[in-house]
Amino acid sequence: MTTAVVVPEASRAEWFTSFDVEAFEQPSGREEIWRFTPMKRLAGLHTGAAATGAASVDVDAPAEVTVETVDRADARLGAGGVPADRVAAQAYSSFTAATVLTVGKEVVASAPTTVTITGPGAGKLAYGHLQIRAERFAEAVVVLDHRGSGVYADNVEFVLDDSAKLTVVSIQDWADDAVHVSAHHAKIGRDARLRHTVVTLGGDVVRVSPTAAFADKGGEVDLSGLYFADAGQHFEHRTFVDHAVPNCTSNVTYKGALQGQDAHTVWIGDVLIRAAAEGTQTYELNRNLLLTDGARADSVPNLEIETGEIAGAGHASATGRFDDEQLFYLQARGIPEDQARRLVVRGFFHELLMKIQVPEVRERLEAAIEAELEAVGA
Amino acid sequence: MATLEIKDLHVSVSTDDGPKEILKGVDLTVKAGETHAIMGPNGSGKSTLSYAVAGHPKYEVTSGSITLDGEDVLAMSVDERARAGLFLAMQYPVEVPGVSTSNFLRTAATAIRGEAPKLRHWVKEVKESMKELDMDPAFAERSVNEGFSGGEKKRHEILQLALLNPKIAILDETDSGLDVDALRVVSEGVNRFKASGEAGVLLITHYTRILRHIAPDFVHVFAGGRIVESGGPELADQLESEGYVKYAGIQEAASAS
Repeated sequence: MTTAVVVPEASRAEWFTSFDVEAFEQPSGREEIWRFTPMKRLAGLHTGAAATGAASVDVDAPAEVTVETVDRADARLGAGGVPADRVAAQAYSSFTAATVLTVGKEVVASAPTTVTITGPGAGKLAYGHLQIRAERFAEAVVVLDHRGSGVYADNVEFVLDDSAKLTVVSIQDWADDAVHVSAHHAKIGRDARLRHTVVTLGGDVVRVSPTAAFADKGGEVDLSGLYFADAGQHFEHRTFVDHAVPNCTSNVTYKGALQGQDAHTVWIGDVLIRAAAEGTQTYELNRNLLLTDGARADSVPNLEIETGEIAGAGHASATGRFDDEQLFYLQARGIPEDQARRLVVRGFFHELLMKIQVPEVRERLEAAIEAELEAVGA
Repeated sequence: MATLEIKDLHVSVSTDDGPKEILKGVDLTVKAGETHAIMGPNGSGKSTLSYAVAGHPKYEVTSGSITLDGEDVLAMSVDERARAGLFLAMQYPVEVPGVSTSNFLRTAATAIRGEAPKLRHWVKEVKESMKELDMDPAFAERSVNEGFSGGEKKRHEILQLALLNPKIAILDETDSGLDVDALRVVSEGVNRFKASGEAGVLLITHYTRILRHIAPDFVHVFAGGRIVESGGPELADQLESEGYVKYAGIQEAASAS
C-alpha cells in the first residue's frame, strides 16, 4: 500500500502578479499552472521570444463607441488587472500599440462592436493588447473574433465602472497552425454586470485565462465557455473569479466536446471567496463530451472559501462518453444515427448558445458545430 | 396487413462472466388488428424481447429470425426498424437534455413519414394529440423527458405512438408507475391507436391491471426466456387469481442453467 502525498496548492490569494516579464521565472512546464500545457508547442512565448510580426486589429463599432490606438505609455492601460503568468507578462512587456474601446458614461451602444484580430501569419509571432472600458451606466456588446495563422499572446482588459453592463464574446477560430495564449482581466465596479463567453473552435494550442475581480459590492459576472477540440488540438481555459467584496454573484459554465486522437482540453476553474466577501453567491460547472476514443479532457474546479457568511457556493464537473442510450432512443423513433448524434451534441451546447445574444454570432457557432460534426462523420 | 413474425429467437447479453442467454427460443406472430399481451414474472426476459425487436445494441441475437411483412428486421439498423413500422414505448424513456420535445417530435415525424409535415397542420396535430393525453402544451418546449415525472414520460411515449402511427407497437410495461387516472388516459391513447384496426399491439406487462383497459385478443405467459403458455383473455384472469407460482419451476430451471 502506498500513501499519496498531497501537497496543498498555494491559495489563489497568494499568487504572484507583475507587469514585468523578468519578474517571472521561465516555466519548465512542471509548475501547477503550466502542467497541462504542451510547452514545446508554445513557440518560445514562455522563454522570451521576440515579436517577428504583428497581428492586425480591425474594429467595426457604432459611432457612439470610441476607438483609439494608443502607445504603451497610456495611463489607462493596466487598470483591468495584472498579469499572473509569464506569458501574459511577456505580452504586456512586449506590445507596441494597444487598442482601447470606450463606451462613455450612460451610453447604450446601438449595435455590437466587432474586433477582428488576424494572426501575424504562419511562422510569425506577435504580441497584442486590448482594453474595453464601459463607463458608468454604459451598456455594450463586444465580439472579439480571432482568425488566421501564427503565434499570438495578448492581454485583454475589461474595465467596468459602476452599473455598467458589458457582454463579451471572444471567438478563437484560428487556422490549424495557430498558437494563442491570452489573459483576460476584468474589473467589475459596483452593481456592474459582465457576461463573458469564450468560444474556442480552432488552433493548434489555445490557452485563454479569464480573470474577473470585483472592485465593489453588487457586481455580477457570468463566465461561459464553449469549445470543440479535434485530433491533436490543445484547448485550455483557466477561469478565476476573485470575490474580495461583499454581495457579488458569479456563475461559470464551460462545456466542451472532443473528437479524434489526442484532442485535449483543459478547464481549471478557480473561485476565491475572501474573508470580506460576505453574501457571495457562486457556482461553477464544467461538462465534457468525448465523442471518440483517444481524446482527453482534464477538468479541475477549485473553490476556496475564507468566510462562512456566504449565500451559496458550489461546483460540478463531469466528463463522459457519448450516451448510447440517448442515441438508441432517438434512433428508435426513426431518426438516422448521424442526425441523432447531431441532435444530442447540439442539445449539449444548447444552454450556452442561447446565452449568446448576438444572433449572427450564434448562427455562426451553430454552423461551426455542425461542420465539426460533419468532419468526424458522426 | 402488417405481420411481425418472431421465430425461435435466442438472445444473449454480455456480462462480466461472458455472454448470458436471456431468450431461449421465442416464437410469436403479431398481426395487424391483434392485441397480444405478454405476461411474466420479473426477470423472465420480457423486456429483452422488446429491446431485441427494436435493435438495442446491448442485446445480441444468436439465432432465430424476426421479420416484418417478410422483411428481415435483424438486418436493419435501429432507425430503419422504426421507419419500417416498428415502435417501442419504453419502460424507462431516456432524457435528452437541450433537445426540445417539439423539435424531437418533428424530427421523428419527418424521418418516419419521409417528408417534413406541413408546419400549420403539424402544430395542430401535436396540440390535439397532447390534449387527448391531458398533457400541458408547455411540454413541447421542455427538453425531451428531462424532469418529466414517471407518468409524464409514459404519456409522452403514447404521444409519440399517436404521431408516428407505426404498424406494430410494443408497449414495455407502459402501465408501471401510473396512477389510476394516468393509466386510464394512457390506455385510451392506446385504444385510439388500435381503433383503426390496421395496427398490431404487443403489450408487455407484469400485472393484469392494464388489461382491464386494453382488451387483449391473446395472452402469452413468459417464463425462463420463452413463451410457456398461450391462450385467450381468460388466461389473464387465471394469472390474476393464481399468480406466476405455477411457472416458478421453469423460471428457476432457466436461471440455473
